[in-house]
Amino acid sequence: MPPVPKNFLVATFLDQNSLLQAVRAVRDRGFRIFDVYAPYPIHNLDGEMGIRRTRLPWVTLGAGGAALIFALLMQFYTAIWDWPLNVGGKPANSTLAFVPITFELTVLIGGLSTVAALFLRARLFPGKRESPMLHGVTDNTFALVLRIRDDSFDAHLARLLLEQSGVTGVEEKAGEL
Amino acid sequence: MSSTTIATPNATSNAPTGRTGTIILPPPAWVDGDTSLQQITNDIVRPMEARPGKGWWICFSLAFAAFLNLGGMVTYLIANGIGVWGLNNSVGWAFDITNFVFWIGIGHAGTLISAILLLFRQQWRTSINRSAEAMTIFAVMCAGLFPAIHMGRPWDIFFMFPYPNQRGPLWVNFRSPLVWDVFAITTYLTISLAFWYLGMIPDLATMRDRVTNRIRKFVFRVLSFGWNGSQRTWARYEVVSLVLAGLATPLVLSVHSIVSMDFATSLVPGWHTTIFPPYFVAGAIYSGFGMVLTLLILTRQTMHLERFITMRHLNMMAKVTMLTGMIVSYAYLTEFFGAWYGGNLYERYHFINRATGPYAWCFYLMVLCNVITPQVLWSKRIRGSVAALFVVSILVNIGMWFERFVIIVVSLHRAFLPSGWGMFYPTLIDVGVLVGAFGMFFTFFLLFIRFLPMIAIWEIKGVAQQQAHTLAVSAPDQTSAARA
Repeated sequence: MPPVPKNFLVATFLDQNSLLQAVRAVRDRGFRIFDVYAPYPIHNLDGEMGIRRTRLPWVTLGAGGAALIFALLMQFYTAIWDWPLNVGGKPANSTLAFVPITFELTVLIGGLSTVAALFLRARLFPGKRESPMLHGVTDNTFALVLRIRDDSFDAHLARLLLEQSGVTGVEEKAGEL
Repeated sequence: MSSTTIATPNATSNAPTGRTGTIILPPPAWVDGDTSLQQITNDIVRPMEARPGKGWWICFSLAFAAFLNLGGMVTYLIANGIGVWGLNNSVGWAFDITNFVFWIGIGHAGTLISAILLLFRQQWRTSINRSAEAMTIFAVMCAGLFPAIHMGRPWDIFFMFPYPNQRGPLWVNFRSPLVWDVFAITTYLTISLAFWYLGMIPDLATMRDRVTNRIRKFVFRVLSFGWNGSQRTWARYEVVSLVLAGLATPLVLSVHSIVSMDFATSLVPGWHTTIFPPYFVAGAIYSGFGMVLTLLILTRQTMHLERFITMRHLNMMAKVTMLTGMIVSYAYLTEFFGAWYGGNLYERYHFINRATGPYAWCFYLMVLCNVITPQVLWSKRIRGSVAALFVVSILVNIGMWFERFVIIVVSLHRAFLPSGWGMFYPTLIDVGVLVGAFGMFFTFFLLFIRFLPMIAIWEIKGVAQQQAHTLAVSAPDQTSAARA
């Protein structure tokens, strides 16, 4: 069996500041950062890594809007058209009385759709296996991962930059992330 | 996250300031002791990895016994009908709906802590939000039990939902607050569950990477959704958390408003009031913080988490309890004023009866617990004493249960025609179901603190890291200011 090519360069850090320094250093030299793995979200890192703001809130808006229309139509259909019930002589179309359920369904569908969209987009699903490449990132380790695409990847320069930033270990690894 | 540092340019005129002309006050520290990441993980998961102590087993045995008792009581109730409760023609709602409103109210503090305080960037929420959200879920489950069992035919419970059926189709009455309740409670439970679980995924991944037992590893692998701490995922995750918080915030306010409309849209004196929605929401947060205090003091002392749930956290919660307690007291006053000023005879009689009638002792117990008790929290010494806070929190729980009892039973037992008056006396089954619901709640909560990370590990790490960073930044300025 031919050896699997080592396709990732994984640098590990034990503190946030060294990691940030390393991210800046490699980005300045034109490397594209595959990803950073951290035990907690680091707040000024998104800009440094060049991550665009997520568009997931649009899912909330879309799903919430659809739920709002659905809830109103459901109540109009059942209470006015399909079987109007006379309760205490109130008009069949008591639109204001339909507001609470419309609101609740908007929140319910909007919220659940947003969570579902996050799981789909981030490819999270029950039972997905963890990658052995990233040891300790859920505890106390930060990992900066560069992807080795082809021969044009200057591994030597990358290593040099990372080592200058207080790295605790740099290793080329094979696997999937 | 916005910095909590207070930078005051030229803060003191008499003391020359440091290099930059700025004194930076150190931010409040929400984590005591060692803030290294590994130590935080170890300390928080310790209760899950060690065998539970004697205290846990005693609490669990009691709670589980009460939970089993609930099973027996509910079986007996369903087999014989709700006549086994002390209900009668005058008082058709009593312990059942009192318990329902009480438990829904308890849940509100959890959502307030997890959603509203997240939007307000209150860092003290991080130590307590996970257990407060768990409390919400278990409380709403307890609450959901009561509407189900108070129906004459609980096996027809699915009639509450609008679905195409062969009875016409006969739809539910969308103008009824009781139907609004069905939607509000199910939405509240679902969204709270989603929020709680989403927040727990990174910590479940931490557990997955720690445990060595194969079965536990498998369980945590399934539960943690393959989380690997990717910053790209973190970025989306945080936005989704904010969106959910934004959705849950109006939900907190709407759920108890809708519950209050079960009463306020009726004509019964004592119920027919426009102040009910805000009054109920304030009461819910008040009682919920009472319960959070009770639970957190218990876990803090038995699980030795003092360095995460510090006295400063208890102090903050005590302040919220005091504030909401005073809003509740104000609502009590407003109700009496409205009864006097409104000029409605039935309304006026109701409030005279509330304070002097056969259930007056319930009313005065409620005043003692909800009006007088929160006033002791002005004292810094009481806010600094765990034992005193524990007593206060228990009184708050008792007071808020009696508030709902007063609103429901006292209003019903003498409404309108004296020929329709009556008294309510609880039976053993009433009391058994009440105790049983507490058993169910504490059983779930004790299992939760035993098997799941009860403090949000990743959030604590973020706060601790920021705390260490700000201290490092502000330290040189302070020393230079002190030197000057």
